[in-house]
Formats: sequence, C-alpha cells, structure tokens
Amino acid sequence: MKDKLTLIIFSDNLDRALAAFNLATGAASMGIDVSMFFTFWGLNILRKKKEISKSKNFIKRIFKKINRGGADRLKLSKFHMFGIGTFLMKNFMKELNIPSIKEMISLAKNLGINIIACNTTMEIMGLKKEDLISEVDEIAGVATYLSKAKDSRINLFI
Amino acid sequence: MKTDKSLDCYGLFCPMPIIKAAEKLKEMASGEILEIISTDEGIERDMLAWCEMTGNEFINIERENDIIKVYVRKK
Repeated sequence: MKDKLTLIIFSDNLDRALAAFNLATGAASMGIDVSMFFTFWGLNILRKKKEISKSKNFIKRIFKKINRGGADRLKLSKFHMFGIGTFLMKNFMKELNIPSIKEMISLAKNLGINIIACNTTMEIMGLKKEDLISEVDEIAGVATYLSKAKDSRINLFI
Repeated sequence: MKTDKSLDCYGLFCPMPIIKAAEKLKEMASGEILEIISTDEGIERDMLAWCEMTGNEFINIERENDIIKVYVRKK
C-alpha cells in the first residue's frame, strides 16, 4: 500500500505554511499520498484575496474585514513588525528562488496533493465555497480527516 | 560519467531539487541516468533518502567547489 502523509494546517503564519508546503510537496515527490486539511486560521491560506459572499450578520462582516484571507497576506509568526519583517523575509525568499505560498499551492496541485477545507471553520468565519480558491478539492469535516489519518504513517499538526 | 539527461537545480533549495528530479525521472525510461546539478548542501542526504524510498538507484556524487552533481539511475 502507498505511504500516506496527512497534515492539519491550523495556523496561517507564513513560516508555518511554508514548512507545511515544503513537507507536503517533498513527500509527494517521493511517491507519498498527501492530504492537507486546512482548519481554523489555516483556512485563510485558501481564501481568495477578495471576498465574494456577503454575510447578513454585521459582526461577521466586520470579522471578515479584520481577518483577511489570501496566500499573499500571510504574516510571519515572529518579526512581522507591522509588515516590515514579513516584507523583508518575502524578499529574501524571492532572492533565493524559494517559491511563494501561492506558487507552492499550484505546485502542490500539480503533484496531486489533496487539499481539503474544513466546513465548520467556513461556517464560523462566514465563508462560502466561492470565497475559496479553485485549488480546493473538497470541503469536509473531521471524519474525512480521521479516515485518511488512520491509514497514514505520518501525521502532523502545523 | 555518461548520462542521459541533466537537470539544472543551481541555486534551488529543499524541497525543489527533489521535486524537479522526481518530475524529470518520470519522463525518462527505466535504466537511464539523470545528472542533477545542485548547490544545495542537503542534496546528498536527501537524494539518498529519496532513492531509498522510491526504489531508484543512487549511483554517485561529485563535488566541484560549491557545485554538487548527483547521479541517479531510474528503476
């Protein structure tokens, strides 16, 4: 049976997302079957930059304005420094030809990595399917994740 | 060393060299040899591990200054 790797992406920090995608794409290149389950803040990585759906609830609308999504908007967990640190880090990475998270997502897609969005998080954050990027394969819950994780030899929470 | 294909991974960091190598080997026929040109210090251990997992054969590694050349035979 093929080896499996399942990752839970809970955080939307740039550094953590990078680690997650490095592991995922590296594993896929070794013939490992990879699933990435994006939940809570991690779901922000899969959001389109622009909001499509409108929430009826006022507070939710405000929340979506503050908690903005999109792979380009991720911040470093350390040294964000009102954006200066993250900006510099992104530039360092570019100079070293390290793919951006956006590029990592399409790379992951090309390698056949399964990208799953958590439906409960979508409810909480007032997000609809159209608010997520087209690379998302499925919208599912904890049972889907666990059924995959059960058969995985490598399981990580990032 | 006689090689069938060469892959330029100059200036690329983990995991890009192994991803590109995997892609390249997919296009190649069984028994053919791929040369990977890299500057990533981790490539030696990584390609060894990669080969062990995928069943391809790690043939040799050569170093010239900061250039590392890895040779892999497709299974």
